[in-house]
Amino acid sequence: MTTKRGPRREGAFGFAAPLNALRGSLSPLDWLFKLATLLFALAIAGTVVAITLQMVMNTPLTFEKFGWSFVTRSVWNPVRDDFGALPFIYGTVVSSVIGLLIAVPVSVGVAIFLVETAPRKLADPISFVVQLLAAIPSVVYGLWAIFVLAPLLRRHIYPAIQSKLGYLPLFQGNPNGLGLLTAGIILSIMVVPIITAVTTDVMRAAPQSQREAALALGATKWEATIIVLQNARSGITGAVILGLGRAIGETMAVTMVIGNRPEISASLFDPSFTIASAIANEFSEATTEIYKQALVELGLILFVITFAINVAARLLVWAATRGQGKAADA
Amino acid sequence: MHSNRFRKTISACVTLLTGVSAAVVIAVLIAILGYIAVTGISRLNLEFLINDPKPIGESGGGIANAIVGSFILIGVASVIGMPVGIMGGLYLAEFASSRFGMVLRFLIDTLTGMPSIIVGVFVWTIMVKPSGHFSALSGGVSLAIIMTPIVARTTEEMIRLVPHSMREAALALGAPVWRVTLGVVLRAAAGGVATGAMLAIARIAGETAPLLFTALGRSYTSTNISQPIASLTYQIYYYAGSPYEEWRSMAWAATLVLVGMILMINVTVKILARSRRS
Repeated sequence: MTTKRGPRREGAFGFAAPLNALRGSLSPLDWLFKLATLLFALAIAGTVVAITLQMVMNTPLTFEKFGWSFVTRSVWNPVRDDFGALPFIYGTVVSSVIGLLIAVPVSVGVAIFLVETAPRKLADPISFVVQLLAAIPSVVYGLWAIFVLAPLLRRHIYPAIQSKLGYLPLFQGNPNGLGLLTAGIILSIMVVPIITAVTTDVMRAAPQSQREAALALGATKWEATIIVLQNARSGITGAVILGLGRAIGETMAVTMVIGNRPEISASLFDPSFTIASAIANEFSEATTEIYKQALVELGLILFVITFAINVAARLLVWAATRGQGKAADA
Repeated sequence: MHSNRFRKTISACVTLLTGVSAAVVIAVLIAILGYIAVTGISRLNLEFLINDPKPIGESGGGIANAIVGSFILIGVASVIGMPVGIMGGLYLAEFASSRFGMVLRFLIDTLTGMPSIIVGVFVWTIMVKPSGHFSALSGGVSLAIIMTPIVARTTEEMIRLVPHSMREAALALGAPVWRVTLGVVLRAAAGGVATGAMLAIARIAGETAPLLFTALGRSYTSTNISQPIASLTYQIYYYAGSPYEEWRSMAWAATLVLVGMILMINVTVKILARSRRS
């Protein structure tokens, strides 16, 4: 995603391969070689199809029992073989949205700083440091969140929020540090690198003449930046959606701090569950066949959501950087 | 229209805010890494690296099982994932027609964006469930599935940077296509392909979710790939959820080892990339 550098002639996915023209004149050995590389490429691409099929084939019991209502039911009772996905979908969406609400302003701010303010000598190391955040494993964020972030929030931040805004249903209940809001906060840290990287690319792709024209008309630096942001808005939207895709699929860190309770509650302090964390937490313990299948079907829902999100994001980013191959070579 | 001074003040304030957001992000990174370093170092010593965990109650013991396990898992994943990824990337860059390449790239990028827990479930259904037991091999396959799309796409990007004139020169000398591709084009792109491969290794070294129901974990050193195996990430997850102070401190030290390895790879790649450019 962010490693897509280099010349880009026909958009994000299309590219005329140089040796494709040799099709007619390959010797048998060359033909075999080409076939071998094709098989490897097909193996990778085919994995996606295989995953989809395998998951569909592994959910006959739940599908037969609950049908499409699986998605809208809010019961999760393994003892009675009664399953519904709604609490998990709710937890996934809410924790991701909290993550984005925090991460997007910060990421766009960092991107503006890197592109419009910082000299190249400073911007390069800073964007490297931001990318290091993406290199830290999810389980490490989880460990840090349990033992550092959650106690900090429980002791200092959540009581303060509750004393000011406690009359809102969002902030009622017992803020013990493990819940939706904490999950959202750790997610925000984890999606900042991807949103920053893509936004930076998109903003760099904006022609310099736009800024110069605005400045020449007497605009201040910020007003010129607004013009750039407006023109880059579809790409920035793509960046945000890519971040959303990352947040929704995030597993370990969320599993460790969200509290793991399959209930829909108005309060952000209450424990919740996401699709990914439910699979991580319960898959090994699921003893009955239908319980396992319910978890696989949760995985299928997660796959469909992330698939749709990734397609949308890629189309937007592609449209925003199209024909700007050189500018993206940052 | 606002007065000029007002507009200039707004502009300066926003510039300041963007600088602050950059500073906040860097501060968060330093806070996380600093905490890991300070907390982890107290437990880290040679014995911690070369001993297996001791039963709870006995002091001492280390994470040799997890270090060995992680290396084996990464090894299995690389043996499967690297050739597939590099050859697949070769096909995309050198042979694919525009439209077919587009379909392949789309599917491969979908695999990159797929949550890793789903890969774990998938491998459980095709390997663990039929065989009836967890294994290092299935963990390695999970990691390979995560690694291949990354390797394929970076290989493709790097090969695209090789100038056409090199292919034409080799073909004009009468070299067969397979030799041109492997001996000239891939060799010219080798540096970039290697850095891509290193980043892919750094990525899978930190994966936990796909190992939860494939490789599982093990409390002693094992090199048998048909049996469950420990890994640094799983060990950290397991210790983090334990009530014992001793295990928690081991989680931090194991984290220091893991993060140190991953950051070292990332910094090395950065330095290599810079030296290649200049």
